[in-house]
Amino acid sequence: MSTRLANGGRLIDRSKVKNFTFNGKKMKGFEGDTLASALLGEGQTLVGRSFKYHRPRGIIASGAEEPNALVNMGEGGRFEPNQRVTTTELFDGLTAGSQNHWPSLEFDVGVVNNYVARWLPAGFYYKTFMFPRAGWKHVFEPIVRQSAGLGKAPDAETFDADRYEHYYHHTDILVIGGGVAGLAAALAAAKSGKKVMLIEQTNHWGGRAPVDGGTIDGKSPTEWVDAAVAELDAMDNVTLRTRTMGAGVYDHGYVTGYERVADHTPGDGRPRHRLWRIRAGKIVTATGAIERPLSFAGNDIPGVMLAGAVRDYIVNWGVSAGDRVVVVTNNDDAYRTALAVKAAGLDVPAIIDARPNGGGALADAAREAGIRVENGKAIGMVKGGKSVTGVTLCAQQGEGGTLEEIKCDAVAMSGGWSPVVHLWSHCGGKLNWDEANAMFRPDASRPPLGAKGEGFVIPAGSADGEFDLGAVLENAVKAGLAAAGEGKMAAPKGEAEAEAPMTPVWIMPQGAGPKKRMKMWLDYQNDVKVSDVQLAAREGYESVEHTKRYTTLGMATDQGKISNINGLAVLSDALGQPIPSTGTTTFRPPYTPISMGSIAGEARAEIFQPIRRTPMHEWHEEAGAYMEPVGHWRRPYCYPKQGESHEDAVYREVLNTRENLGLLDASTLGKLIVRGPDAGKFMDMMYTNMMSNLAVGKCRYGLMCSENGFLSDDGVVARIDEDTWLCHTTSGGADRIHGWMEEWLQTEWWDWKVYVANVTEQLAQVAVVGPNARKVLEKLNAGVEGGMDLSAEALPFMQWRDGKIGEFDARAYRISFSGELSYEIAVPASQGRAFWDALIEAGEEFGVMPYGTECLHIMRAEKGFIMIGDETDGTVIPQDLGLNWAISKKKEDFLGKRAQLRSHMTDPERWKLVGLETLDGSVLPDGAYAQGEGVNENGQKVVIGRVTSTYYSPTLKKGIAMGLIKHGPDRMGEVISFPTVDGTNTVIKARICDPVFYDKDGEKQNV
Amino acid sequence: MLVLECPYCGVMADESDLHGGGEAHLKRFGPGSSDDDFETYLFMRKNPKGVHFERWRHVSGCGKWFHAARNTMTLEVYGTYSAQTYEPPQDIIDAVKAKHPEWEGYK
Amino acid sequence: MRRYSAFAIAREGVRYHQGWERAWKSPTPKKKYDVVIVGAGGHGLATAFYLGKNFGITNVAIIEKGWLGGGNTGRNTTIIRSNYLQDPSAAIYEKARSLYETMSQDLNYNVMFSPRGVMMLAQTHHEVRGYQRTAHANALQGVKTEFISPQKVKELVPIMNINGPRYPVLGALWQERAGTARHDAVAWGYARACSDMGMDIIQKCEVTGVDQADGKVTGVQTTLGDIACDKMAIVVAGNSGHLAEMSGFRLPMESVALQALVSEPIKPCMDVVVMANTVHGYMSQSDKGEMVIGGGTDAFNNYTQRGSFHHIEETVRALVETFPMVSRLKMLRQWGGIVDVTGDRSPIISKTPLGNTFINAGWGTGGFKSIPGSGWAMAELVAKGEPGPLAAEFGMNRFTEGRFIDESVAAGVAH
Repeated sequence: MSTRLANGGRLIDRSKVKNFTFNGKKMKGFEGDTLASALLGEGQTLVGRSFKYHRPRGIIASGAEEPNALVNMGEGGRFEPNQRVTTTELFDGLTAGSQNHWPSLEFDVGVVNNYVARWLPAGFYYKTFMFPRAGWKHVFEPIVRQSAGLGKAPDAETFDADRYEHYYHHTDILVIGGGVAGLAAALAAAKSGKKVMLIEQTNHWGGRAPVDGGTIDGKSPTEWVDAAVAELDAMDNVTLRTRTMGAGVYDHGYVTGYERVADHTPGDGRPRHRLWRIRAGKIVTATGAIERPLSFAGNDIPGVMLAGAVRDYIVNWGVSAGDRVVVVTNNDDAYRTALAVKAAGLDVPAIIDARPNGGGALADAAREAGIRVENGKAIGMVKGGKSVTGVTLCAQQGEGGTLEEIKCDAVAMSGGWSPVVHLWSHCGGKLNWDEANAMFRPDASRPPLGAKGEGFVIPAGSADGEFDLGAVLENAVKAGLAAAGEGKMAAPKGEAEAEAPMTPVWIMPQGAGPKKRMKMWLDYQNDVKVSDVQLAAREGYESVEHTKRYTTLGMATDQGKISNINGLAVLSDALGQPIPSTGTTTFRPPYTPISMGSIAGEARAEIFQPIRRTPMHEWHEEAGAYMEPVGHWRRPYCYPKQGESHEDAVYREVLNTRENLGLLDASTLGKLIVRGPDAGKFMDMMYTNMMSNLAVGKCRYGLMCSENGFLSDDGVVARIDEDTWLCHTTSGGADRIHGWMEEWLQTEWWDWKVYVANVTEQLAQVAVVGPNARKVLEKLNAGVEGGMDLSAEALPFMQWRDGKIGEFDARAYRISFSGELSYEIAVPASQGRAFWDALIEAGEEFGVMPYGTECLHIMRAEKGFIMIGDETDGTVIPQDLGLNWAISKKKEDFLGKRAQLRSHMTDPERWKLVGLETLDGSVLPDGAYAQGEGVNENGQKVVIGRVTSTYYSPTLKKGIAMGLIKHGPDRMGEVISFPTVDGTNTVIKARICDPVFYDKDGEKQNV
Repeated sequence: MLVLECPYCGVMADESDLHGGGEAHLKRFGPGSSDDDFETYLFMRKNPKGVHFERWRHVSGCGKWFHAARNTMTLEVYGTYSAQTYEPPQDIIDAVKAKHPEWEGYK
Repeated sequence: MRRYSAFAIAREGVRYHQGWERAWKSPTPKKKYDVVIVGAGGHGLATAFYLGKNFGITNVAIIEKGWLGGGNTGRNTTIIRSNYLQDPSAAIYEKARSLYETMSQDLNYNVMFSPRGVMMLAQTHHEVRGYQRTAHANALQGVKTEFISPQKVKELVPIMNINGPRYPVLGALWQERAGTARHDAVAWGYARACSDMGMDIIQKCEVTGVDQADGKVTGVQTTLGDIACDKMAIVVAGNSGHLAEMSGFRLPMESVALQALVSEPIKPCMDVVVMANTVHGYMSQSDKGEMVIGGGTDAFNNYTQRGSFHHIEETVRALVETFPMVSRLKMLRQWGGIVDVTGDRSPIISKTPLGNTFINAGWGTGGFKSIPGSGWAMAELVAKGEPGPLAAEFGMNRFTEGRFIDESVAAGVAH
């Protein structure tokens, strides 16, 4: 059983006790512990259950590569599933619970899968669960889903109690990884004076070197690391960050850094995570290496750990994996673990070395320390259930016949080391297979390419496939200098014991039969075994991607950090091809999972997106308006009074506006100024109608089409002076149309002398509408010297004037979108709120009420005016809407003209705009289609038109609608059928009519 | 996340500050053109695997449209230049040819 | 072909699964085939399958430059729905959806079609009207959908926040028989069935040229040698323009990256697929427990299968807003695929300027859901030389005529 040793632990402070709970049980650890070291210190070797077979799972690693030890952590708004205990810093009050079992970790019903594992090989679900057909959704899938998954889902109604933020950072050089290689590379790069950032995923510098030993420039690695950090810290051009992982490398030197600011101090007010969006000129990946397991039967039983991790726990945290630790290896490095175990006063019953000739100097040291070393041997199988009780010894070259049984309570295994090439590979860096070390390492000749076609990632140290301390440091300094592109620095001299060559061992023992291979785990979390990969190969899933997907190898939350190489070695062997021919699966960001919260950042809830506010926005809110989103604007939909429904409010607003006086905040309408000697020519290209001949002082309704011919926006254009036009666009269209105009001016007609300015937000605009419109404005003007003459004679319909209205600097347009007497009045945005207030106050005696967008919609529909987005949807041309009068026949060209000449655009079968009135006065449903005769070749019922706008008209006291109907204008008076979808199977009959329902002759607006 | 240098304001602009506008150097066909020419202008695209000339707008910056010569396989950028030209300038063509001697030209 | 069943598994379990045969053969190419299909993704394999099943044409080679199912078939978010607005789209996607219903049985391969329901949220009044329109259209198209209330949305998806401060949910378009399937299995199931019919699936074989005579295709040059054929079908999403260029024509199409991501697996918490178009994100939960998340496309031509991170940010932000609990999950993996987007964002199933050459391309973001319907329609086109009703409206000539199939009408601007 694992336990806390009496002494040692270079990262912990035994004077500071931290209390935590695991599955409700109270436990203690020390400051500096990870949750993993604390759990092991408390003897908790069983920490979870595997994904598929629900096998008992213990901690296997000490870092980011851990596949097994994931827990539900925290509570309420700070709950989080799948927290990796090896990368979780211990803090006081931490609560953790194991995952994927029922009813308890010790007794899990799901383990039944384990007993029938033989009948649940890779991909078994593709071969069964097919009958009955409904069985998958209703029976099998729910069972599969319930037994899969890992941690609990966070509670739906509990909002994240933490906050997150984004940082931007630009640097010449980014060094990822704060081990000795990263530190050496950063020192070498920083001496150039260039901006350097060094990030390290854990909370301490130095990486593995302080654990592995040796000397650097004659000092202990720890001393050297401390000095290096101090030196870097003193440099102005260097930024250092711990707890910050290089998560992903993206094109053109973009890197995401994931800083876990307050994971270990929850609730202290700081953001929990910080996502660094780094743009780096060069990136040095000093990301180290990850140890591989060995594939022997029972290698997943809790107590079997990576040799390097066993050593880490002893040296860093003063925790032993067990009292009797068998070491099994194919390389020299694991001997360091045996020596560390021995030095801690614990027993190493044997070192089982698969190499026929065993190890080098470290093996000699082990023998000198009195440890039994067995060369050419293997583990036949591990004994035990929820914990290790022993191993059988056998010959590596044989089939696994037991030579001897060795009692032990932990196994430290090492199958060699794989450089962490993830960040090198994210953006396309290529790999070479290194036969001697049985690993993929970066191919310096095929780096990821940056904006200038240059390599922009440089691997350093173990991440580049160097493992000897001296070679690591030399390589790292070279990488740092290369990143800086200049300078010289002698590499620190690293000295460690020379290591004998490793021997690749992919299956242990070599000749293991099918029964043993079914117990050799490759992917611990997803339960993928050697036999599964061999099955995939046998069935023709030969591509490494096929095998991955068929077996789920490497698809767990660890993304195969410890399993991928072993898996593809087994696959290559099964296919009888060398490993490089098999290749690797694609490395994708992030390196380890990062919180969605950090990706989303600050932008949530109220500040999810920017809000645009008109000068009158606050007035609307105070008036209790029900707002609707229109682009990033919020517009009042209606202003319900106490106890009034939205519907009732809208009808009241319509009637009041028609009978008295209504005010609409029209500030969101786009206002673009087009000016210059060629502005008229330009306007004639942008609009379907002729705009160049519009007289100064007058207004004209205009249409804009895309080059593809479809109607894209409309609005009233005013001719301001000889060189200047003002274009009103729809609220949603202002930025789009502005961009559209700029695009043509800059990229097609760049020699035309025209400027466009978007002045939408410079002006507040109010529609003053209704029979009393003139009265209220004249009241404001009463007694004002030089007040604008707003009489019908001085300011006729479809004209505009500048002047004073009351104390306001106004531009008044006599235009109407409601059919009533109407002035749209623009004032500087700074005067907008005061102008609105003045209108409300002055309008009281005239029955003033504000109205919202829905009232606007109804009034325009009553008048048969089209609305962009309702009558148009990107497939409608002006000709469909009976707007031929607004399409100039004189102009040679305008945007969309050529498109509208294509055969389908001139097809007489196109649906055309008409009015629709139901026979019973009811309101047609939104979006209803008119049904024709029969079905088409695909069996769909034939349609002959559709409703585009439909409302109850409070003015006419009946339903009114507009629609696009085949041959519509030729079928006036005909009755057509609109099937409903409300479940009643009814059909609504409607008569085709003129789309203008109200004041057909326009007498009301023109007074 | 691309970075392109805006040739107008000289800023190295992040892709998120830019708006992509598709293939560059299209010739506009208006009234009087054939159906085929018009279709080609509006819809037919080179969509090359390799060197590509395209339009961008520095929308969250100076607002100017510009052109970029870029590789769609490697995302290498050979250069950016004014949108107010009918064909790529010689220095851009030279930059592409330097990297891809076999390149057949932008047409 | 030995049938898959629970019995077969029981039998094999006893002998350590040593007796399973290959799911598909790995032949060397013959000199000539009746039909060469370029591209062994879902669409190519489905085309082959229905050529054999519906038309008895089995002298077919399916040529793949990488590994079968390795393009967008294996990179998408596995959503299957047919609640499209326009008639031609609804017809082919509904055909596909109905074929998915029986695919596991038809192929004797469990593709795990899970008709768990797809909802598309309406978060503006404009969207409400748009989806009500779709519901009306679908009713006449024979596609069963309905517009549901916010309360029903919450019942179906308890983890959703329907009262967000910015875009409260106003309703949703709900298709109960839409859902998801296991994407790889679709490719593998078709491959196994095609191989069983005697067709040759040739992987790691890249087409390097197209041979033609008298305006007709006569064969393809490949990295494994020349292969003659009477007819050729180009079904290579993400590379369509490239193949078209070899065949001597251009397409109204551009290739862009589309990204997706998954969270770490958690216990079941969401039983339906949710698409939120106002905020740009969609999400479902896989059978493994991962939240499968997709967003929009990049804005530039790209063949790297990598996208830009700011799109991931936008998508995740949208989902955190819609499902607050997502904030405390972790992103496990992100990736990209290359999709071909046409001028009207609808696909092309068409004859081409080169005789006896047919193209199926431009599915944009809708490729996976259409696989069986697309294969069905393409097989008919290849076999008969003329499109049947399902493909009739998807010809390339529509761009000349201005006869578009525009599904993005919801993007028609609001007032």
